[in-house]
Formats: sequence, structure tokens, C-alpha cells
Amino acid sequence: MATDDLRPARMVQAMRLGDDSLILGQRLSAWCGHAPTLEIDLALANIALDLVGQATLLLGYAGELEGAGRNADRLAFHRDVRDFRNCLLVEQPNGDFARTIARQFLFSAWQLPLFQALARSPDPRMAEIAAKAVKEVGYHVEFAGDWVVRLGDGTEDSRRRMAEGLAWCWRTTGELFAADGMQRTLATAGEAPDPAPIRAAWDARVDAVLSDAGLDRPAGTDAVRGGRDGLHGEHLGHLLAEMQVLPRTHPDATW
Amino acid sequence: MYTTELSRNTAPSVVCDDAERLAAFEARVAADEFIEPKDWMPDAYRKTLVRQISQHAHSEIVGMLPEGNWIGRAPSLRRKAILLAKVQDEAGHGLYLYCAAETLGTSRDEMTAALLAGKAKYSTIFNYPTLTWADIGTIGWLVDGAAIMNQVPLQRTSYGPYARAMVRICKEESFHQRQGYEAVMALCAGTPEQKAMAQDALNRWWWPSLMMFGPPDDASPNTEQSMRWRIKRDTNDALRQKFVDVTVPQAEAIGLTIPDPALRWNEDKDGYDFGQPDWDEFWAVVKGDGPVAADRMAARNKAWDDGAWVRDAAIAHAEKRALKRAA
Repeated sequence: MATDDLRPARMVQAMRLGDDSLILGQRLSAWCGHAPTLEIDLALANIALDLVGQATLLLGYAGELEGAGRNADRLAFHRDVRDFRNCLLVEQPNGDFARTIARQFLFSAWQLPLFQALARSPDPRMAEIAAKAVKEVGYHVEFAGDWVVRLGDGTEDSRRRMAEGLAWCWRTTGELFAADGMQRTLATAGEAPDPAPIRAAWDARVDAVLSDAGLDRPAGTDAVRGGRDGLHGEHLGHLLAEMQVLPRTHPDATW
Repeated sequence: MYTTELSRNTAPSVVCDDAERLAAFEARVAADEFIEPKDWMPDAYRKTLVRQISQHAHSEIVGMLPEGNWIGRAPSLRRKAILLAKVQDEAGHGLYLYCAAETLGTSRDEMTAALLAGKAKYSTIFNYPTLTWADIGTIGWLVDGAAIMNQVPLQRTSYGPYARAMVRICKEESFHQRQGYEAVMALCAGTPEQKAMAQDALNRWWWPSLMMFGPPDDASPNTEQSMRWRIKRDTNDALRQKFVDVTVPQAEAIGLTIPDPALRWNEDKDGYDFGQPDWDEFWAVVKGDGPVAADRMAARNKAWDDGAWVRDAAIAHAEKRALKRAA
């Protein structure tokens, strides 16, 4: 397939991944100054900063592929809920520290094998962006995985909270591995990995960490989905209202 | 960020059995030697340093809140990233400073407990609210600017661990200060609403920034002793003057007006004459009556209380793993 035919699928992929990083970066930012220790404050701000950096590159690329003159800021600050393409997992509210950690671990454990595969994509821009992100995500998954173990194998209270956090987030994890037209087009062209090996890598990491933490896999559904089609939960609108308030109020301004 | 020495008490007089050791100590300090953790030092020197360094550390931590207030609303991805990097650095500066204070025989737990109980001070500036985006750039420009003015001489302060922490902190701080000024420049070059936002922020932050240098020299009882021991290298008023002289041209360069009718260039002293901050307000804020002081303390206490189960879990887990390794 010629590169031009792949353009729309590449655009959708870049936008989805950019939205994931943007929304999760926004969520983590809200911890600033409120974390259980100074070291955790630092770590969460560090991860948020990595994610905002990824979002800047991915949305910038999506804007170029779209060719309608929208840059990363335009895409971040001037789209409404129905046009956001992030997975439902990243928009989940922070909750307590255990829920934040569950969300981070389940997401980073998916992002890592995905970006590792994308770093080998014949699409040079995506390969470049993914190769940079892989180094960051390796740290994120390690940080979050360590905390899943600490909380799971800590006190009775922390174990209960960790199990609850995982159960809350688990509902939306199936969406990460769903294949659709965009995904199949890119996979056929060898530009994106099949969902199956990503799922296998994710399962292996999740099982290893849960076992170390002495926790069971959550028993409930993992089938709640819709984010990739702009069908979000009710939380995202509030997040966007806060994030977009200045550019929306001053549409002619540059900052 | 930064703190000034805020104790209103007169410096404790030096009681020392060992006049010889004191004389040797003072000779070393006068010769610009660094005092190190294992060296003998007068009790009053140790206490003053613990107070000053821990206040400085607390200022970094509480200082994350006014800026953190705007991360979620930063108007571009670039500004959001800059702000995230900045608050991250502040947490790091807090860590350096707690470590430096710990070399004097206190502990981070003790210092944290004093902060949460409202017994320890932190810079008065963080008890003012961030109301608009322009406040964030203005804090970077003025507040970090004032901090740098104070901290550059502290790189030669007599206590080695504090001086070395300052070297590291100043490098990072001056980077953020330039970014803050650049953010205000962007506003001044922007729409009329943006320009007005920048002027309003300067109007609200100017006087609190001048207060960051501490009370006037004649109302600063610790200055003499602190300068003799080279904990402090310049007086509050000297640093304040330097700050005004550097900052006024920066404001003029981007078309902003300093909110001080008394401000004028004085050819004779080769510096600006300027009005006095409202010192009653200053002392009220020092005592904890700042506009958002209660909110800041509530936020720190809530973070600490809500995080207790996490810290407990980490300790319990570490103990379990240690037992396993021992078995």
C-alpha cells in the first residue's frame, strides 16, 4: 500500500496515542504537591512531564498528517469530548494513590510493548517518537509495578485498596487490545503490531507483578470501551473544561 | 525558591565554655573557610542554620502549591511542560535542603512535623494566591529572581553543606527565572487582554516580592550575628536594593509599570529610590495571616494525612522483604 493511502490510519493512530499521553499527563499533574511523600511527588511530576512530551510529539505528527493546519496545541485545546480518542483507562479519576498506581501500571505495561514494536515501524516519524518514548515508559512501568507490589504486599489496608484500584481500572483494559479498521490497515502494512503479541506481553508483565504482590487478577469484566470512538465517560468533559479554559477564552492569543 | 530568616527574637547570646574553640571557629569563618558537619560549632550557629535551612526547604515544598495550581490550566503544551519541570525541580531542591539540614543533627521527620504543626516558617510569598496565568510567569520572573538574588551570595555561606546545596539550586533556579520572564514577555507581546493580565500580576506580586528579602535592616535583629558568622553575606536592604535595580529595567523593557509612585532613579547612589512595602502586612503574613496561608497548611496536612497508609505500606513491605531475605 502506498504511503499516501496509509496517511489517514497513521493520523488516527498518532492522535489516539497522543490523546492517551495527554490525558494521563493531565491527570497526574493534579497530584502536584499532594502526594504521600516528596519522592512520590517528584516521580509523578516526572512521569507527567514525560507524557506531556509524548503528547506534544504525537499530536504534532497527527496534525501534520491531517494537513489541515492544526498543530499539537490546536488539537489539545480546541477539540471537544467527542473528538478525543484516548482510551477510557487514562481518563479515570485519580482516586486514592492505589487507584492512580493501578491506572499507571496497567497503562504503562501496555504502552511499553506497543512502543517497542512501533520503534521498528517503517514509518520513520512514528519509529522515532516511539523510540524516545520507550526509554521513558520503561521507567514508568517499573515505578508503578514496584508500588503495586509494595501496596499489595504491605498492610491489610493497602492490600484492600490496591485490589480495589485494580478492579476499578480493569473494566477498561480490554479496549487496549481491540482491533479496528485503522489498526488492521497499519498491521497489514507492517506499521503497527498485531494486538495478540502486545496482549501476551501485557499479560506476562501483569501476571508477574500481581504474583509478586500476592494479588489475584480482578475477576470482573474488562469489556467497557468507547474511548477510541470518542465515546467517553462523564469525567473527560470536566478534565477538558479545566485544561482548555485559557485557549478557549482567548482564542487569538499565543502564550 | 527562598526563605529569609524570619525569627523576630534577638539572636541568642553566645554562651560558650570554651572560649578558645569559639575563637578558633570565628577565625576560620573570618578566613572564609567552610564549616563541615563534624566540626565544632557554637550552638547558636547550629540552631540558626537549622532554622534557616529548614525554612528554606519548607519554602520549596509549600512553593509547589501556588504554581501547581496552574499546571492543569497551562495554556499550551510547552508552558505545561515548563511548569511541570519547575515544580519537579522544587521538590528536588527541598530534598537537597532537608539533607543539608540533617547534617546538623535534625531529621526530616522532625522538620516535617514542625511545618505541619505550623511551628516552622516558610517564605511569606507562598501565602499569596495565584489568580491568573500571568501570576505563574510573574512568580518565575520576580519570586525566583528575588530567590536568586538571595541565594547567589549563599553559595559562599560559611556552612559547607548549605553552600554546596546553593550552588546546585542556583543553576536550576536561574533557568526557570528566565523561562518565567519569557512567559511574561509573551503576554506583553500578545493581545491587550494578555498585556493587562501581566500588568495586574505585576501589581499584585511586586510588593510581596520585595518582602521576600525580609524586614528592614534596623528591624532584623539576627543580621549582625548572621553576617559575623557568614551565614548571611549581605543585609536584607542591600539585597532588596540590588533586586529593584535589576528588575525595574526588565519591567520597562516589556512595557510594564512598577506599581510604586515613589520609584525614581537616583543618580547619586547609582540606584533606584523606592517606596517601602507594607511591613504590617509582612508581619501579619509571617505570623500566618497571609491570604491563603490556611489553605496552604490545610493542603500540606491533607497530603500528609491522606498519604499515611501509603507510607505505612511501604514500611511494612520493606520489613517483610527484609525478613524474607534474612530467612
